[in-house]
Amino acid sequence: MPLTRRGFLAGALALPAVSTLAACAGTVVQPGDLSRLRMMVPASPGGGWDTTARTLQRVIQQTGLARNVQVFNVEGAGGTIGIGQLAREDDDALLMMMGLVMVGAIDTNDSTTRLDDVTPIAQLIAETELIVVPADSPYDTLEDFVAGWAADPRGTPIAGGSAGGTDQILAGLLAQAVGIDPVEVNYIAYSGGGESLAALLGNQVAAGISGTADYGPQVQSGDLKGIAVSTADRSSQVPDVPTIIESGYDVEVTNWRGLMARPGMSDGAREDLIGLVTEAHDTDEWAEALDANGWLDTFQTGDEYGEFLAEEETRVRQVLTEIGLIQ
Amino acid sequence: MGISDLLGGFADAITPVNLLFALLGVVLGTAVGVLPGIGPAMTVALLLPATYVLEPTSALIMFAGIYYGGMYGGSTTSILLNTPGESASIMTALEGNKMAKAGRGSAALATAAIGSFVAGTIATLLLALVAPALVQVAINVTTADYFALAVLAFVAVASVLGSSPLRGLASLCLGLYLGLVGTDVLTGQERFTLGIPQLSDGIDVVVVAVALFAVGESLYVASRLRKGSVQVIDHKGSWMTRNDLRRSWGPWLRGTAFGFPFGVMPAGGAEIPTFLSYATEKKLTKHPEEFGHGAIEGVAGPEAANNASAAGVLVPLLTLGIPTSATAAIILAAFQGYGIQPGPTLLTTEGPLVWALIASLFIGNAMLLVLNLPLVGLWVKLLRIPRPYLYAGILTFASLGSFAVNADPLDLVILMGLGLLGFAMRRFGWPVAPAVIGLILGPIAETNLRRALAISDGDLSVLVDSWFSRVVLLLALLALVGPVVLRAVRGRRATPEESAQQQEDREVQKAGNREGWGA
Repeated sequence: MPLTRRGFLAGALALPAVSTLAACAGTVVQPGDLSRLRMMVPASPGGGWDTTARTLQRVIQQTGLARNVQVFNVEGAGGTIGIGQLAREDDDALLMMMGLVMVGAIDTNDSTTRLDDVTPIAQLIAETELIVVPADSPYDTLEDFVAGWAADPRGTPIAGGSAGGTDQILAGLLAQAVGIDPVEVNYIAYSGGGESLAALLGNQVAAGISGTADYGPQVQSGDLKGIAVSTADRSSQVPDVPTIIESGYDVEVTNWRGLMARPGMSDGAREDLIGLVTEAHDTDEWAEALDANGWLDTFQTGDEYGEFLAEEETRVRQVLTEIGLIQ
Repeated sequence: MGISDLLGGFADAITPVNLLFALLGVVLGTAVGVLPGIGPAMTVALLLPATYVLEPTSALIMFAGIYYGGMYGGSTTSILLNTPGESASIMTALEGNKMAKAGRGSAALATAAIGSFVAGTIATLLLALVAPALVQVAINVTTADYFALAVLAFVAVASVLGSSPLRGLASLCLGLYLGLVGTDVLTGQERFTLGIPQLSDGIDVVVVAVALFAVGESLYVASRLRKGSVQVIDHKGSWMTRNDLRRSWGPWLRGTAFGFPFGVMPAGGAEIPTFLSYATEKKLTKHPEEFGHGAIEGVAGPEAANNASAAGVLVPLLTLGIPTSATAAIILAAFQGYGIQPGPTLLTTEGPLVWALIASLFIGNAMLLVLNLPLVGLWVKLLRIPRPYLYAGILTFASLGSFAVNADPLDLVILMGLGLLGFAMRRFGWPVAPAVIGLILGPIAETNLRRALAISDGDLSVLVDSWFSRVVLLLALLALVGPVVLRAVRGRRATPEESAQQQEDREVQKAGNREGWGA
């Protein structure tokens, strides 16, 4: 099949050509081990982890912190296939993107590799979760909605992302806080922000939970009503929407993302990775990326990040157990 | 949206640099469409870093070219090698590969290429002119409506069950079962994963299609090589005849009419319209005897449908900021990389960019036609390769494609396991298409049914709540019961001799199927 090969080769040649072109834009500052860095995204292309990893890749290459950064995807099982693979790696120049969803997925998938089996490097960013209702919903505020929700939890379907993910965790935590049995929450899982958005715009569900990136534009244009954001502070993307805490309920969830590395690496290698990520974090390009994506800067590294992970594990396990996703 | 904006878009898109990127995009897209396993989504993701050295217009034009090109490329291997590169090209393989084996590969490739062009052009025109109005209708399609559409598609599957409904249904059930493997979307519980983490996301449709179609067939051919001489496929006529053209244009237009609305619907997808198109063409054709043996309508319709659907997907993306396919999601990420917030206000804030993108879709489509038609002659020469080498090549190619997705050896084990199953099905005359269709439709039907019932909190009346559902379910009922009633009426009138003749025909057909080359 001559043309196939030729076409494939053309593609194969074009890809490195583009990235080399990109790398030449900056100067190489840090030689040595980390000049060639790999970043694993344990999910499909196009999702949140993928976007974050590719943004970091762009910043590292643009600023010349590493000559070549390769991002690759290992899809499946909420990222637990990826973390399992990371546990078997012996490459020090390999980072794995992960986040809150993986914490839950490790329990719901009964993964043999757990977070404390790999090396925490840094928490990078967090996204704000946004709770919305359709434009012609009778509810205008979170209090209104909660009153209606508490009266008939089964008849108040709430749309969000995949089962056991950040959106459902927030729904469960909010239910606990307002005195609804989390088991009673009628959570409708959609496979992506797009599908649940369609259900909201089509007025099929009572409310929806997703990142500000997914629902923010529709709230700004008035096609959806934003009733609460999940972080301690309001989001710059939807500044008019109050926080859950402002509305009187003690719930705070950030959809954070961070980086892990292989188990059993030397302290020096770990420090090198932390150093590289810290340098990338301190660039103007990263600050611009945070701004463009509406990401919160929740940067923390090493042991501090490890402790944070342990706390999140406990909290997530508890709420997923109450929802009934973990037996 | 209007014509003047579109002309402005053409002015922006027709610069030498942008034309070059459109060309690069369609060539890359065709290449990845041909390779099973590597889809346009992954290609665009790999090229995302390009967004920081390229102008937004150039990058988005290239991405759109990859997207359209992928839909073209998928048909080539379906037709020639019985190896669908994308799930939307599975229906193309049914008649297309039979045509290729009968020496009419060029006609099949040509009708696919021209049909894709016609459908792509009409659908892009619709995208430019009626997108905002259409999307308001599409957004109101409920989960219950999607369930109704899936039911209609199931009924349409009856048309591919083959000569023995019992074997066809068994194959369909096998597909439905394979569709259950993985994590249940609604509850997050794993089903039939045997504790293997790689199975928790289900079995990839493309892997199943490649295994059952391509691997199964390669093994079958290999098993028969020792018996008798291998016939060389004659390759008659270099192109479409006037008769082919006359039989193709109707399916092209009807395929477009199926594909575009499904693309616009947020959960429509590109597969269901190809099933419906195939079933419709089989019903409408004046040559029903050719279906199953290489009917050109069966290639023209589904190919037009999948390309029209690709254009339809851009409607919710550009007007609402809703990505409804993986590729669309990554194109959305590219927009965001430029600090452009896609969504309801995109057209007002970034009008010129959107129009240049739409204009480049027309250009890319024309390029694909120019690129693909002259290559038809080259492609069909593939079939001249001696069988052992050709099928060894297909096996390598199929394995490479499956392995490329995750670089996981287990994918190869699944591919070969299902390939053996495909071989057995081929050997004993079980049709493989219903299995693949069941695998695609099962999860769509199940998820939407359960989601609809969850939203209504268990109230079954939700399934016939909208006029859309009622009409679609009624159509499905008619399609299901109509032929049975007709047959019952006719059967009572038929003389014993006629029945005996029908029975004999069926036996002959079965024997033909068992021969493997579909007569």
